[in-house]
Amino acid sequence: MSYLESNLKTVPVGWRKILFINWPLVFLLAAVASAGFVMLYSVSGGRPEIWAEPQMKRFGLGMAVMLAAAFVPIWLWRNLSALGYGVALVLLIAVELFGDIGMGAQRWLEIGPLRLQPSELMKITLVMMLAAFYDWLDVDKVSKPQWVAAAAALILVPTALVLRQPDLGTAILLLMGGGVVMFAAGVSLWYFGTVLAAVGGLVFAVLESRGTPWQLLHDYQFRRIDTFLDPGSDPLGAGYNIMQAQIALGSGGWGGRGFMQGTQSRLNFLPEKHTDFIFTTLAEEFGFVGAFSLLMLYALILGFCLHTAMSARDRYSSLVTIGIAGTFFLFFAVNMSMVMGLMPVVGVPLPLVSYGGTAMLILLWAFGIVQSAHVHRPR
Amino acid sequence: MRRSPRDNAISQATISRRGLMLGGLQAAMVVTLTLRMRAMQLERADEYRLLAEGNSVKIRLLPPARGLIHDRNGVLLAGNEQNYRVTITREDAGDVDLVLARLRRLIALGNDEAAEIADELHRRSPNSPITVAERLSWEEFARIAVNAPALPGVTPEVGLSRLYPRGPDFAHVVGYVGAVSDYDLSKIEDPDPVLRIPRFQLGKTGVEAKLEEMLRGKAGTRRVEVNSGGREMRELSREEGTPGANVQLTVDYRLQNYALQRLGDESAAAVVIDCRSGDLLALSSAPAFDPNLFVRGISTRDYRALQDDDHRPLADKSVQGLYPPGSTFKMVSALAALEAGVIGLDDTVYCPGHLEVGGRKFHCWRRAGHGHLNLTQSLEQSCDVFYYDISQKVGIDRIAEMARKLGLGTRHDLPLSAVAQGIAPDKAWKRERYDTDWLIGDTLNASIGQGYVLASPLQLAVMTARLASGREIVPRVVRSIDGVEVPNPEAAPLDIKPEHLAAVRRGMDMVVNSARGTAKGAKIMLAEMRMAGKTGTSQVRNISAAERARGVISNADLPWERRDHALFVCYAPVDNPRYAVALVVEHGGGGSAVAAPIARDILLFALHGGLPPLSAYPSSQRWRIENERRDLDLVDPGLKPDTTPSRA
Repeated sequence: MSYLESNLKTVPVGWRKILFINWPLVFLLAAVASAGFVMLYSVSGGRPEIWAEPQMKRFGLGMAVMLAAAFVPIWLWRNLSALGYGVALVLLIAVELFGDIGMGAQRWLEIGPLRLQPSELMKITLVMMLAAFYDWLDVDKVSKPQWVAAAAALILVPTALVLRQPDLGTAILLLMGGGVVMFAAGVSLWYFGTVLAAVGGLVFAVLESRGTPWQLLHDYQFRRIDTFLDPGSDPLGAGYNIMQAQIALGSGGWGGRGFMQGTQSRLNFLPEKHTDFIFTTLAEEFGFVGAFSLLMLYALILGFCLHTAMSARDRYSSLVTIGIAGTFFLFFAVNMSMVMGLMPVVGVPLPLVSYGGTAMLILLWAFGIVQSAHVHRPR
Repeated sequence: MRRSPRDNAISQATISRRGLMLGGLQAAMVVTLTLRMRAMQLERADEYRLLAEGNSVKIRLLPPARGLIHDRNGVLLAGNEQNYRVTITREDAGDVDLVLARLRRLIALGNDEAAEIADELHRRSPNSPITVAERLSWEEFARIAVNAPALPGVTPEVGLSRLYPRGPDFAHVVGYVGAVSDYDLSKIEDPDPVLRIPRFQLGKTGVEAKLEEMLRGKAGTRRVEVNSGGREMRELSREEGTPGANVQLTVDYRLQNYALQRLGDESAAAVVIDCRSGDLLALSSAPAFDPNLFVRGISTRDYRALQDDDHRPLADKSVQGLYPPGSTFKMVSALAALEAGVIGLDDTVYCPGHLEVGGRKFHCWRRAGHGHLNLTQSLEQSCDVFYYDISQKVGIDRIAEMARKLGLGTRHDLPLSAVAQGIAPDKAWKRERYDTDWLIGDTLNASIGQGYVLASPLQLAVMTARLASGREIVPRVVRSIDGVEVPNPEAAPLDIKPEHLAAVRRGMDMVVNSARGTAKGAKIMLAEMRMAGKTGTSQVRNISAAERARGVISNADLPWERRDHALFVCYAPVDNPRYAVALVVEHGGGGSAVAAPIARDILLFALHGGLPPLSAYPSSQRWRIENERRDLDLVDPGLKPDTTPSRA
């Protein structure tokens, strides 16, 4: 019997739980999502029915999902972790077998009226699975090689499936998201050092493999690397997106060009302006003030999550919170780095802002689990 | 799983430690992102702003309306017409072949043209519009507009195109415009950007070319926002251009038309000049061509036909054509001799029909000779020997000087294509040109307007006007610009003794009005229009001694291009000269038989302001003249002055 279960009597029950929800976090999420609505309205050229309205509906649904998840006791979520992971894995395999092709990759699965992106689901269920795994594992076994290998296997199997779709962005997020949980769980730093060294070696090998029959990445992935290193090399081809994104971002200046006045986004110079590149529109139209404000909202969300993780009294609550916050962090950090030219372009949306139903619902559900950990903390 | 409180505490401590480490890493990343944002948005904002502007703001030119050209009465000679055209843009069309096929069901479009357009579409960038057809009728234009939904990428447009309502009459004077060619651009230093507008029309010849910059106007600009596909989204600002200046010429549309008709099928030129102002009332060069053909893009076949015609319709013979002036040059030689004092007004020369100089026989046109003649009589009968004689005394240099004084051998500054300088030869000229000495025979030939002497009809007209007025008349063709009269001060008197001029004029009067005059057949019977003139017949071939011995072959028996040129210069009225006419009929035969009657008719038309009454002609000619008039197809004398504003 875990510590959690032994202290059940101090946990809020029934409708009283609503008082213990982390309301500032809810408010922050709503603020970020609202920024998203505004930007979606702007990039649609003032036609809310295209992106802004559907996004708002999904956000409403997502909030309901979050609150519902918050009411579910955290130990129940812990017990469902393995099942969730299994379901996500099966769905990933199903995508591999029957998936739809979207943007040159198999990502979508249609189940009746639902269009599901199992890789999105996996980002959260993997974190839950690992948190549950370390909750179960004895503390002194955490850094034992066989258990590290077990955790690594839990990460690598879905990562490999996602990579096959191919979706490099999500694969990196899964890898790093899983790594965050392992790191937080206290796995010896030597392992991380070794992995970093290995990754360095792998990057070298990947670059060296180019043009050979056993080439490790797709040509388009190599081209993304090329254009990342020198966007000017192909200003009308692959480098076009990056150049235009940076022009949009930079031209925003201090105060931006004004709502719906961004020439870059309004005139279609920007690619994927409602999804991966939406941050550039925000930066163009609201300038440094707007972009920095959004970044601060994200940072505050991280802060509240970290506070929840620290104040939790059990391993699952702490680890799942840190894992979800870490995944959330990776989302926006990778997306912003990408559009600001700090990273090659990998398809990662800006969380809660980019247009996308599955991603938003799953993310809010994940924050629901964080809320659940917050609510069901013994007091 | 059971776990001790101690275990749990250790585990939570680890997680907290690691959580704080992660939080630190995340904070570091947030700081990195902030710094990057700061660098891009605050430090390099201006640079990116410029790039964004360059991306989205394009400057489009508004072609200015070309200035109009009017005749002296305000009748339109060159205007602008609405040009309905269709363009197609590949990017918007999608399936270009399908759209073109549909278009061909609506407007006439040949297979070759369609293939050419398809080819051009694939060569040019996808968002640049290609002109499919121009000068559509309103019906065709409307048909395309109505079917627009089925024709993606096809834009019906209205532009301005040059139109010459007077057709061939002013083909040489006004000239024509055509699309700017790469060759045109290469010739112009720092070309006006408006010239880079596809199919922009540029003056190619005549006034259109010479006054191009005045007529073109200034282009307006539109700043437009374009999207990434180059499609215009909205207009940011618009600055209207300035239309080109309207130019009024000195020419008269009716006289020009009549002169051209009177020249008929001949290869000929006629120039009518005002003896007081120097205004050129007609500059006719026959045959002419329709300048509208060139604006619309002349077919290779039509162009070849114009080029291969031995009557050279493309050349403006009135200012470009150079001819030996023949006997019309005798006034120059006569004045040179009088001014030099080598001959008095009453001195006579005996003409036996030829003169031997340096072992060579120089013939008079009249083999029997003229007997004793004074200066006026020498002009009246156009005796050659008289001039052989006096020219030896006066010398070529003084003759050349007199020629230049009268406007020969000088390029008159007119905004017309390739205005010829002509040749008033002297010793220095021959030394420079042929590096040989001037021979006495050259002087003799030059004295009767043969040999090296060359003059254009324009120069002969100026010479005649100067003789008639005694003033240094300067020809001009532009009367006003944008309603502002071009100043035309009265010409200074010629530096020639009035009594000498009077003697020459008297000779010219006798040419037409005395019984022995060479142009007595071209006499004008109305006293108030009494005409003076001088015939000229210039050889274009050498007559060998052998041929002379056998008898000179008559013009009628020679091929056209070896026949003599027929010339006539004249002015009227003799007592108060108003207009002067110079006329050359290439290979026309004799000046008195061919050139004089035509020149007289043109002069009469100018003086009378239309067809003169038959009483102007000698009674024996009236019946024939009346018949000839039936074949004329004259323009409406009542054409209203054009009041179209240039901003058409």
